[in-house]
Amino acid sequence: MSEHTPISPEITFVPEHPEDTKKIWKVFILLSVLTIIELSIGLTIYNIKLGGEGAQPTLVLAFKGMVCILTLAKAYYIVSVFMHLGDEVRNLIMTIVVPLCLFVWFITAFLVDGNSWKELRNRYNRPADAPTEQIAPTTQEAK
Amino acid sequence: MSTATVQQGTKWWSGGRSPFNATYGKVMMWYFLMSDAFTFGAFLISYGTLRFSQNFWVDPNKVFNSFPFAEGHNLPLAFVSLMTFILIFSSVTMVLAVHEGHNMNRKGVERYMILTIIGGAAFLSCQAWEWHHLLTGEHPVLVNGVIEHWNTTVSHNPFGPEVMFNGQLVHTPGPIAFGSYFFEITGFHGFHVFSGVIINIIMYIKTKLGHFDQRGHYEMIEKAGLYWHFVDLVWVFVFLCFYLV
Repeated sequence: MSEHTPISPEITFVPEHPEDTKKIWKVFILLSVLTIIELSIGLTIYNIKLGGEGAQPTLVLAFKGMVCILTLAKAYYIVSVFMHLGDEVRNLIMTIVVPLCLFVWFITAFLVDGNSWKELRNRYNRPADAPTEQIAPTTQEAK
Repeated sequence: MSTATVQQGTKWWSGGRSPFNATYGKVMMWYFLMSDAFTFGAFLISYGTLRFSQNFWVDPNKVFNSFPFAEGHNLPLAFVSLMTFILIFSSVTMVLAVHEGHNMNRKGVERYMILTIIGGAAFLSCQAWEWHHLLTGEHPVLVNGVIEHWNTTVSHNPFGPEVMFNGQLVHTPGPIAFGSYFFEITGFHGFHVFSGVIINIIMYIKTKLGHFDQRGHYEMIEKAGLYWHFVDLVWVFVFLCFYLV
């Protein structure tokens, strides 16, 4: 049976559950395929890097971007189907998804920050010119 | 998948019913997972910030290229792929357990919970092997003109930039933050897997004792399932950050 009496009095209606497990296996195969694609992109990046120092950095960056998007797709399927969030009331879905959009700001801001540290250090902290630490001479040293 | 339909005229926020049509326990489990997501997010994003602020970072294909019983072979990403598949598969068995719970099929729930527990234990064993391999595996490092042999720990990193030394490419010391972040994040995640396995064992025992049959529903299995899927989801992102990016 796919419908039964509500679990507790706070439940107003019971959503229908599918009788079979077809959808679950379909999503499993999809997740596996996405993982295999990610791994093959990873190995491609490995082979590109083997081909010499800094060979085609933009291509490597593009591949990394693809991998990130595939991971987000995997996350969507795990949350929506395996965790059944896709079957919940829309307002509940929103209370989960909207705060997670803060992550977009979080990630962008911090990665830009990290990159900016590197650029600033490279521009202003040239090792050859970096002064060695100087301790202010004390009256004893002046003797 | 269409969202559940909300009946016309239902006063959702006037009390006497859950405004999300979900039990208190389930809603609170979701909000706990949100808080945990931000914790893991903070760790992973701080790792990203540090990593991209460095001119040089270790190549994960050089650090993670071993496989149990296949020492000496160069197999980049192979072992971690196995770990990812183990965890995805244990997620599938967990969803199947929840599905059997909806059908009030106790034997089915028991079968799939056992498989999920085995999957979780297998993942933990793999992670333990990976840690052991890093902590005890010695790699040649050129330090002050001398070749030393270092393990990968929170204070030593033998995977720094390579230089020519006596006609061979040899590593110099690398950023020690790599070890710290790796062990801390995978350790924190592994702790979640461990607690998830314990929770699943308790769920299995309760199922076998008939507690959920008495209650009339298997929603506890669903809540444990939410936690387990969250653990899988975090692994997907850890895998992305440490091994692929």
